[in-house]
Amino acid sequence: MNVKRRDFLKIAGVSAIAGIGIPSALNMLLKGEAKATAEAEHQAAPAAHGGGHEAASTAVQLGMVINVKKFGEIKGLAEKCIEACHTTHNVPEFNNPKDAVKWVWIEDFEHLFTQQNRFAEHNALPFLTLCNHCANPPCVRACPTQATFKAPNGNVIMDYHRCIGCRFCMAACPYGARSFNWRDPREKDAGGNLKFIKKLNLDYPTRMRGVVEKCNFCAERVDKNLPPACVEACGDTKALIFGNLNDSNSEIAQVLKTTFTSQRKQELGTKPSLFYII
Amino acid sequence: MIEKALAGNNRYWTWMVFLLSIMGIGAICYTQQFAYGLGYTGMSRDVSWGLYISQFTFLVGVAAGGLMVVLPYYLHNFKAFGRVTILGEFMAIAAVAMCLLFILADLGQPMRALNVILHPTPNSMLFWDMIVLNGYLFLNVLVGWVVLHSEFKGVHYPAWVKPFIYLSIPWAISIHTVTAFLYCGLPGRHFWLTAILAPRFLASAFASGPSLLLLIALIIKRVSKFDVGNEAIQKLITIIGYAAIINFFFIGLEFFVAYYSNIPGHKHTLDYLFWGIDGFDNLVPFMRLSVILQIVSVAILLIPATRNNEKTVMLGCGLLFLGLWIDKGLGLVLGGFVPNPLEYITEYYPSLGEIAITLGVWATGFFILTILYKIAVSVKLESES
Amino acid sequence: MYDGGKIITGLIIFIVFMTFPIWYNHGNAGNIPKPEKPQGVTQCVKDTAYMRSSHMVLINEWRDEVIRTGNRTKVTVQGKEYDKSLMLGCMKCHINKKKFCDECHLYTSVNPYCWDCHFLPKETI
Repeated sequence: MNVKRRDFLKIAGVSAIAGIGIPSALNMLLKGEAKATAEAEHQAAPAAHGGGHEAASTAVQLGMVINVKKFGEIKGLAEKCIEACHTTHNVPEFNNPKDAVKWVWIEDFEHLFTQQNRFAEHNALPFLTLCNHCANPPCVRACPTQATFKAPNGNVIMDYHRCIGCRFCMAACPYGARSFNWRDPREKDAGGNLKFIKKLNLDYPTRMRGVVEKCNFCAERVDKNLPPACVEACGDTKALIFGNLNDSNSEIAQVLKTTFTSQRKQELGTKPSLFYII
Repeated sequence: MIEKALAGNNRYWTWMVFLLSIMGIGAICYTQQFAYGLGYTGMSRDVSWGLYISQFTFLVGVAAGGLMVVLPYYLHNFKAFGRVTILGEFMAIAAVAMCLLFILADLGQPMRALNVILHPTPNSMLFWDMIVLNGYLFLNVLVGWVVLHSEFKGVHYPAWVKPFIYLSIPWAISIHTVTAFLYCGLPGRHFWLTAILAPRFLASAFASGPSLLLLIALIIKRVSKFDVGNEAIQKLITIIGYAAIINFFFIGLEFFVAYYSNIPGHKHTLDYLFWGIDGFDNLVPFMRLSVILQIVSVAILLIPATRNNEKTVMLGCGLLFLGLWIDKGLGLVLGGFVPNPLEYITEYYPSLGEIAITLGVWATGFFILTILYKIAVSVKLESES
Repeated sequence: MYDGGKIITGLIIFIVFMTFPIWYNHGNAGNIPKPEKPQGVTQCVKDTAYMRSSHMVLINEWRDEVIRTGNRTKVTVQGKEYDKSLMLGCMKCHINKKKFCDECHLYTSVNPYCWDCHFLPKETI
């Protein structure tokens, strides 16, 4: 056989590209397919989520009812929830809004429910707000590495090891629930003390600079059948009710059946899992 | 062929050293950013994308703008673009290189950038953007180099490159469409949530890319014997003029929808950009200037007296490029974050280091561009003489 | 071949440079790391050979199981339960990072970023 060097190189090159490219392309397509079906299972929306246009799902979707009236009655309760969350998860406290990291915080009515009428009394109430753990989360759609994803129990959580810090999820979130680590949260002062984390929980990691973080609905506690830290902080007040929205016997499902609640920006179709009693 | 870039006069070397020094300053600032984190920039929790991503968005347009010379030349056999087409392809290479650098500069964890390939996620537009941008870079390097190299050897370019040329045409549209999808698919960001964003991006791209191209072609004409020809210049002016008018029309449509419907969410960002909200108005002078620049430059490029004078054409192209840069390279991305989803207003001021890094990336782009154009011009002049 | 002499000289210089660490140290691999095993513990979740070569694979698998599927079932080996966790699992026995982790990681010049977020046992912070 008389193959010229030139031709041989051409054939070798093309087959090398094909050899590398085709299996990985196939792999990707298959993975994409598997993911799509997995997603379909989780994304089925509970009737509680949006006027019952879609059939109720049997998949688990954890959610929370926030009774703002209770928070208004019991002074300091909202702050106690924040304290519980932020110490549990080593959430850093920077002293400027530019670097701010928030998991759960207090807002006023007009900033949470931007399109709704309000009464003067609303302004006096502390509206606790956190990640909505949407049934149909735009941040998960936007993430290019699946660093943020929907867990089997419906929580929208982060894998900080995988996050590349592109902040696409922050642009995608319509609730402003995501924070970025603009600088090292574990920075120390001259005396070797942490500057931004006052009370340290050695059983839970911090984050590193360059990754996005947010409320994880206490995935690490819920998986062990403990309530989220903020819910625990509320004790028996029932100011926060946490549970599976799709289980009609759960306490939260009962409350939602009998009480008028509001969700933030429901019109966007994200199906948020936070419900406010105002 | 690459050796052509190593021979040049004093002016050439001064320019290259100048670019290299800006690149050096940018690199030093980047090491600082790398060590400290992205808090080094002026970005914040509320305005979480800044200069880097806005430059990226604008430059995708410049890259896609190369299409306006490639398409007539290869698809319609418009011979007058024979000399300018290679310039368009090489400009796309430099622009895409800048895009990739800007994305890298913007990552919080740049060492993990390959996670986008390790964990491919077809539902993320950023994944597709990665594919189309790298694909477009590959296509332009391949086509530009092969076609120029054939000319260097004095032969017609090989037939196998034809499919790649044809592929690069829809591909140019795709890069800017996917880049628009990054923005217009996000719920709750009203300013971006508009189906006209991709066409608007394309229109502004087809004006900004060719206007930079024409400006550079006219500068090259002054510093070397390389002339793209009057027919090509006039054709480019027509393309730029109409693309700019269409872009302007699209901006007008946004205004109509926002203010006639009177929906607060749709109006907020436009209010902020052109009039300011509650005293927050750091982009207002820029945005107003942008409108004026666009009107003036389009007038220059359409009135016969000025469109036939090379000096005024250069002025027109420069003003238009600046106007479109403000419109898309500043207002579009930065404005989209104001007000934030909770309707608070946080203004963004880039830090000095951030500006230095941005300039460094631009200098890198012009460095690549100069080398490529030096090669292209030398080869063209040689093969034609 | 054009410029054969130059190319071959260049290649020789390149190879000499690349192999510099080997011949400079006369083939001596330096002080072999001796990670200190935890006292009073005789077994790990997998055999030593596997742990030595692939502990990072196991840790990654654990992480994906725990975070992505919420499967925090403990690993049971010969009646003993282990948390699938670096902080709450591995480091419960291997309490000394310096004498265990760092011993090999320094030798092989590996810099895992575990401790940017996770805590050492009783670390004084």
